[in-house]
Formats: sequence, structure tokens, C-alpha cells
Amino acid sequence: MLIHLPVLQVIIPLLAAPLCLFLTKPRLVWLFALIVSGLAFLISGLLLQQVMTSGTIIYDLGGWDAPWGIEYRIDRLNAFLLLIISSISTIVLIAADTSIRKEIPADHHVLFYILYLLSLAGMLGIVATGDAFNVFVFLEISSLSAYALIALGKDRRALWASYQYLIMGTIGATFILIGIGLMYQMTGTLNMEDLSKRLPEVSQTRTVFTAFAFLIVGICLKLAMFPLHLWLPNAYAYAPSIVTAFFAATATKVAIYLLIRFTITVFGLSFSFTHFPLQLLFVVLGLVGIFVASTVAIYQTNVKHLFAYSSIAQIGYMIVGFSMTTMAGMTATLLHLFNHALMKSALFLALGAVMYRIGTTKLTHFQGLGRQMPLTLAAIVIGGLSLIGVPLTVGFVSKWYLVMAAIENGWWPVAALILLGSLLAVVYVWRIVEMAYFKPALAGTETIKEAPLSFLIPIWTLILANIYFGIDTRLSVQVAQAASMSLFGVTP
Amino acid sequence: MNMSLGLMLQFSIILPLLAVIGIVLTAHKPNLRESVSIGSSILLFFLVINLYIGFQQGATISVHWWELIPGLPISFSVEPLGMLFALIASFLWVITTVYAIGYMRAHHEQNQTRFYACFAIAISSVMGITFADNLFTLFIFYEVLTLSTYPLVTHSGTEEAKKGGRIYLGILISTSVVFLLLAIISTWFVAGTLDFKPGGIFSPDVNKTVAGTLLVLFVFGIGKAAIMPFHRWLPAAMVAPTPVSALLHAVAVVKAGVFSILKICVYIFGIDLLAVLPSTQFLLYLAGASILLASLVAMRQDNLKARLAYSTVSQLGYITMGALLATSSGVIGSSMHIATHAFGKITLFFCAGAILVAAHKSKISEMRGLGQQMPITMAAFFIASLSIIGVPPAGGTWSKWFLLMGTIEAEQMILMSVLAISSLLNIAYLLPIPFHAFFSGDKVTTPGSGIKEAPLPSLIALCLTTIGCVILFIFPQPLYELSQAIVESAGFTHGK
Repeated sequence: MLIHLPVLQVIIPLLAAPLCLFLTKPRLVWLFALIVSGLAFLISGLLLQQVMTSGTIIYDLGGWDAPWGIEYRIDRLNAFLLLIISSISTIVLIAADTSIRKEIPADHHVLFYILYLLSLAGMLGIVATGDAFNVFVFLEISSLSAYALIALGKDRRALWASYQYLIMGTIGATFILIGIGLMYQMTGTLNMEDLSKRLPEVSQTRTVFTAFAFLIVGICLKLAMFPLHLWLPNAYAYAPSIVTAFFAATATKVAIYLLIRFTITVFGLSFSFTHFPLQLLFVVLGLVGIFVASTVAIYQTNVKHLFAYSSIAQIGYMIVGFSMTTMAGMTATLLHLFNHALMKSALFLALGAVMYRIGTTKLTHFQGLGRQMPLTLAAIVIGGLSLIGVPLTVGFVSKWYLVMAAIENGWWPVAALILLGSLLAVVYVWRIVEMAYFKPALAGTETIKEAPLSFLIPIWTLILANIYFGIDTRLSVQVAQAASMSLFGVTP
Repeated sequence: MNMSLGLMLQFSIILPLLAVIGIVLTAHKPNLRESVSIGSSILLFFLVINLYIGFQQGATISVHWWELIPGLPISFSVEPLGMLFALIASFLWVITTVYAIGYMRAHHEQNQTRFYACFAIAISSVMGITFADNLFTLFIFYEVLTLSTYPLVTHSGTEEAKKGGRIYLGILISTSVVFLLLAIISTWFVAGTLDFKPGGIFSPDVNKTVAGTLLVLFVFGIGKAAIMPFHRWLPAAMVAPTPVSALLHAVAVVKAGVFSILKICVYIFGIDLLAVLPSTQFLLYLAGASILLASLVAMRQDNLKARLAYSTVSQLGYITMGALLATSSGVIGSSMHIATHAFGKITLFFCAGAILVAAHKSKISEMRGLGQQMPITMAAFFIASLSIIGVPPAGGTWSKWFLLMGTIEAEQMILMSVLAISSLLNIAYLLPIPFHAFFSGDKVTTPGSGIKEAPLPSLIALCLTTIGCVILFIFPQPLYELSQAIVESAGFTHGK
């Protein structure tokens, strides 16, 4: 059983998705999905433990040896990602039953859970597989279910947002497919490990350059790197709240994983960063992304939009860390991957609770909410503080490592800009604080109560995780460091 | 009490947090809630006194919690400067709590539970700052202090409070995140450690430009020291209820700022390195400018609390200057000034609050003749003013004396004259207030208008701090010894 964990990680949610059809009662389906996601969480925990103690796990699908068969390759990096995805998915799902009752028509409930599980399976698959084409397959599974999930949003604009995402996402996926195809043409293999061995032989060809360019642009579209982020704000804002909480914490992270995997493992650091001005490009776009997206976030009138733009800014931090191409920078990026997942899932889930009670997340409707929904708003404040990077929250740990990595690189101005950028977060978080705590409640809203427990439990679990991992950084830092070490081929 | 000193040290940080729980639980019983506040403040003072006794007997007290980031532990230890600050802060917390009870009830303030709870958190973080054993620990509590005092500043919830809160948080967070955090991480990178060590942590052959830049970053980054041009938050914070202005914005928060600067100068840079850094001179003149300009601005303020706030900005400049002078007298003067200014300024704020509660006046121009109705308050105001100015019989005399000595030792004649001029300005903006209150002929308030002295708890509090000012003049010995110990532990000889 234990040796089959890598495939079980993906196959359980994948097979569970159609099974939902047999359970017709929404509540039962919810419970089923929760159990499935919980199982995935358990498996990813076991995998991470295994990988941390005994190194990379290689699993040949159906007993066919790589490179002919599909290989699942779990090293420290993707075990970490698997844990992030499955844990967030499980915690977010706890609130799903309550939330979608308000936001999605009853006859779509079963459909929702099917799509959710498919999307989960897709993301886990992208991360777990060691096969480039398999990545594309799972990418499509997760993306297609994501388009449908976003379209389920109550607001009619959800359709348009979903359509936008569909177009952009498809372009991205197609680019990735073209990249993979060209690589296959040059090397005759799709296995990532194999590719990394064969690519250097042909690395000076224009085809491989083209493949690389297509792949990078495709992935950057998927990860919403500035200026390829246009699909993200509306998709996050109009999707059902649960979907936003899940995707904000995981979807872009998966794309960042792909970026790391392809540039560092498959193409190799020297190819990726010497033949292309990738470093300059990424550090500039990352920093511009931080400032532009944070500034735009300040002017949003819908809090979901606000945090969506904040997500784009946070991706900027990860890109900056990645662009340093040092172990410290990579550690900072991976750490922020984890920490940002904790922040944003908590924040968007709290917005889901607000949506549940008042039916909108417009900033002006937050008036006086500090008194009416004290626990939910306190969660938003703490999540916001974490986003700003206040000590004793995870945001501070990320910031510390990122700035440290920049200084180690001798990038003093970048270090200063990173810190300056985090001030913009103060501004947009404080707009919410002032609205919620300094304005009297709107007339006719006296009856608004605190969110139900099914919301408060997952929200506060995530908030406490934000604090816990900000105080005890052993697990997150250790794993992030081990992952970046294995990426750079250093044995710990 | 049979408790090891290390345990006491931890309890001095945890106790105020436990008080928060007690305060929240007794929210609906005001009398019980206030007893919790007073009880824990007295207990805290008792703990700190015990620490002081143990410390005087030569015990080394240090506690190591856990490593927040590998290599960066949260740890605490007792050293003379921290001891001094802890004694002042914990003692004045007791008195301020007594004062606050009278003030808050007489003023019918809202949300008193939140007020006392945030107050206790702020005190806990002040204790964390005083006993921090490394820069990292200090930074964490520094930020907690900023955030926990925000709800206190914006307590009234009005539009004005919101604006004040914005400036408060905006300046304190920006400076600490952009300058201070950058300086701390860079220091860690350059020196390899963040521990406070006598004589500093930089190696003697450190690049002077880098260290000089770091010093500027530190001084700018510690916005709580309110050196110009980062002082705007302090007048903005005056929208807070008076007990907050008194303890936090005359003592705890601002003193945490200058305390951090002093500590960084002595234990991170070391006096020897400080004296040769290229940026020290620039920062000294900046502090000098801050002293003079703030005094000039203070003269133009008609709102009593605003005038006191600018006076604080000016006085904080003294302490920063004393630390940067890099002489033993400068450091002694600075640390003594932390204490003497604390007693003087808290008394002045107590008086301002008493006048507000009893006579509903906040403008200086309306306070003529008030000495008839509120003689005790005005007398206290007079004595505290003397302490700020630095003339007998008040404690400020000593600290100003040592600061002047420091400028002479460092051969900074310009700064010496700055101190002299500033003392004159102090007279000009403080003394007219009690003078007009007692001797002004045109009484605005008619006799028998019902204005009486402030509620008894507030009156007792302000009398106690006034007596404190005088005691610091008559018995400066313990204070001097602690300050002297800082200089000795920092490893340079007297009168360098």
C-alpha cells in the first residue's frame, strides 16, 4: 500500500469525482468530498515524511519503466506542494456545504463537488507526475474544471470572467503543449528526468529555444505573472467564494511549481538563465508587478478584487525570489508559496463568510461589520497583518527570508523595494479596517450576525496556522530549504 | 516570593498578557475589571523590583525562549539600561492605571474594556523591549507595541481619531518596515549576529560607509524616537485619551524608541565605532535641529496636549543626541533623561487630562486664572515644568547636566549652545501656563463656576509623579548608578 502512495494521491480524488454522481444528496456528497480530500491530505503528509527521511520516490505507473511508461517522481519540492494543495483543499471544503447553499442553485451542488474534486486531482497530478505530457493532461483537467467552477458563480459576470479565463488559460495551455511538443521532437522523450539529460545535447538549437520560450510564456500566463494577469481578478472576484479560497491558495502555486520544475530541473539553471535575459526580465516584472498590482488593489471597491490584485502582487514576490537563482532565493519563494497559501485561503474564506451573511463583498458594505461579525473581521485583520508581514505571522517569515536572500545577492535596491512594496499592503488592508471599525453600521443591517461555525472553524484554523507557522518556523523553513537544496543538487 | 529570577523575568512579560484575559473576562463588572488592572500593575512592579534587587546583587538573569527563525532566538536578559527602563515603565503603569480609572469614568469614555486590554498588551510589549537580548526580539515587540497602541490612539472612533491613527500607524510602520527591518537584516548579514553585546557586534575593520549607512537606517527606522522629520505621528497620537498620551506617548512608546537607539548605539555599534562613523555628525546635527525646531513649534501651539507633544519631540532629541555623542557622560545623561523626562512629562499630561476632565478646557489661552480653582494641579504642572527645563528642585537638572557635559567632552560646541537655547525655549513655552493660571488678572472663569480639582484617583496620581520629580532631584544616586553601570558594561572608561 505504502509504495502506491504517489499514484493514490492523484487517483483517489480523480476516481472519487464521478462517484459523486451516485450520491444524490448534496450533504452526503459534501461529506464524501471532504473525506476524499482528507485522504489526499493524509497521503501527502505520509509522502512528505517519506521523502524527507529517505529521499526521492520514483513510481512507475502500471509497472512500465520510464521513459516508456509514465513515471511519478516525488521529491522534496513536489511533496511540499502536494501537502499545500491537499491541506488547503480539505480545510476550505469544511465550509463548502454552508457556503454553496447560498451561492449556487441546489441542482448544481453535486456538480460543484465533482468539479472541485476533478480540479483537485488535476492539480495534484500536475505536481506529482514526472512526465511532461502528463503535466499537460492534468493541466487541462484542472483548468477545464476550473472554468466550469468559476462559471457557477451567482453573479452573471462570473460567466464573462470564466470565459476570459478560458481564453487566456487555453492560450497558456496551448503554448505549454507547443513547448512540450518541440522538446519531444528534439529529444524523443517526454520524461522530465530523461529530458534533462538529453536537452543539453541539443540545447544550442533554435527549436529548443523556441520550446523554452513557449513554455515560459504559457506557464507565466497560468501563474498570472504581471502583465499576463488580466484573467485573474475577475475570475477570483466572481467565482463562488469556496472556489476563490481554494484557487487563490493553490492554482497559481501549481503554475509556479511548473516554472521552477521546467527552468531548473528540465532545462537546467545554466540554460535557462544564460541564454535568455530571464533574470533581468523576472526581477523587473516581479517588482513592477508588486507595485502596480498593490497600487491597483488600493483603489478597488470590491474586497474580493482587492485581495485578487494583492495575490498578483504576492506572486511578484515569489517571482523576485525565483529570479535570484540562489538557494536562499528559492527557499524564500517556496516559503512564501506555503505562507501565501495560508494567508489567502484564510482571507478569501473569511470573505466567503461575509458573502454568506450580507451577500456582497463591496467595501462600502463592510461598514460597521467589526461589531456585527467580530470573529470574521478579526480573522481578516490578522490575515491582513500576515499579508503586510507583521512579526509573529507567516508573512514576516517570508519577508525576512526574501530580503535576506536579496541582500546575500548584493541586490540592495531590490531588498529596499521589497520592503517598500509591503507598505502598500498596509494601505489596502487598512482601508478595510477603517471601513469595518470606524464607520457605523448601515441602516437596516442590525440583524447581521456572526458567521456560522462551519465557516469560523476553517477560517480560524487557517488563521491560527498563520500565527503558528509565524512563530514556529521549523517545519516550513526546513522543508523549503530541503526542497531548494534538492533543486540545486546539494545534498543536505 | 520564592521564584527564580529567570521565571520572574518571563512573568514580567507574560503577566500583562494574563491581565488581558482577566480584563476581558470581567468586562461587565467595571470595578472588578479595574481591580484586575491595578492588581496586575502592582504585581508587575513588584516583579521588576525583585529583578532589580537580584540584579544589584550581581545575578545574571537571562532567558532563552525558542528560535523563531533558525539562528534567531527570542531571548531576554537583564542589563542596566533595560532595568532602568523597566523600573520606570512598570512604576508609572501603576500610577497611570489609578489615574485612568478616575479619568475614564469622569470622562464617560466608551469601550473601556478594550482600552484596558490594549493598554496591558502595550505594557507587555514594552517589557519585551526592555529585556530583549537581541535586536530581533526587540523588533518583534517593537511592532507589537505599534499595533497594540493603534486601538488606543483611535479610541474615540471619530473621524479625527481615524486620521490621527492613519498618521500614527503610517509613520511608525513605514519607518520600521523600510528602514529598521532593512537595517536589522543587513546587520545580521554583515555582523553574523544580532545579540546585544557590550562594545558592539561589528568587527573593528567593518566598512565604515556600510556601518554609517546602517546607523542612519537605525535612527530613521526607529520612528518611535520621533526624530524630525519622522515626528508627525506623535502630535497625531494626541487624539487618544489622556492616560494613553501620558503613559504611552510621553513614556512607554517614545521611550521605547530612544531606548532602542541608545541600546543600538551602545550594544550594537559600540561607542568606539560610533565615534568614528562618518554619519554620526550628520545625525547629531539632525537631533540638534529636532530639539530646536520642535521647541519652536511647541511655542506656537495653543492646544495644551499638542504643545506637550512637540515638547516631547524636542526632549527625545536630547536623548538621541546624548546616545550619538559617544561619550560616557552623553550615555549617562541620555539614560538619566529617560527617567527624569518620563516623570516630568507624565505629570504634565496628567495635569492636562485633569484640566480637561475638571474644567473641560484643552486650550492654553482658556487656562488663565485656573490656578484659583485647581491649585494642586497647577502647582504640579509648575514643578514638572521645572523638571523639563532642567532646573532645581527637579530631577531634570541632573540629566541635562550630564548631557551638557557630554557635549563638552565630545567638543561639540554648537550642540552645547543648542542645549542652552533649547532650555530657554522650554521656559518660554512651559512656564507661562502656570504663571498665567496663578497670577493672571483677567479671570476667564468666574469664581464659583463649579470647577473643582479632578477626581481623587487622578489627583493622587499626579501628585505622586510630581513627588517623583522632586525625589529624582534629591536622591539621584540609584538612577546615576544604573546609568553608570551601562557605561561600565559597555566597556569604556569615564570621561574618555
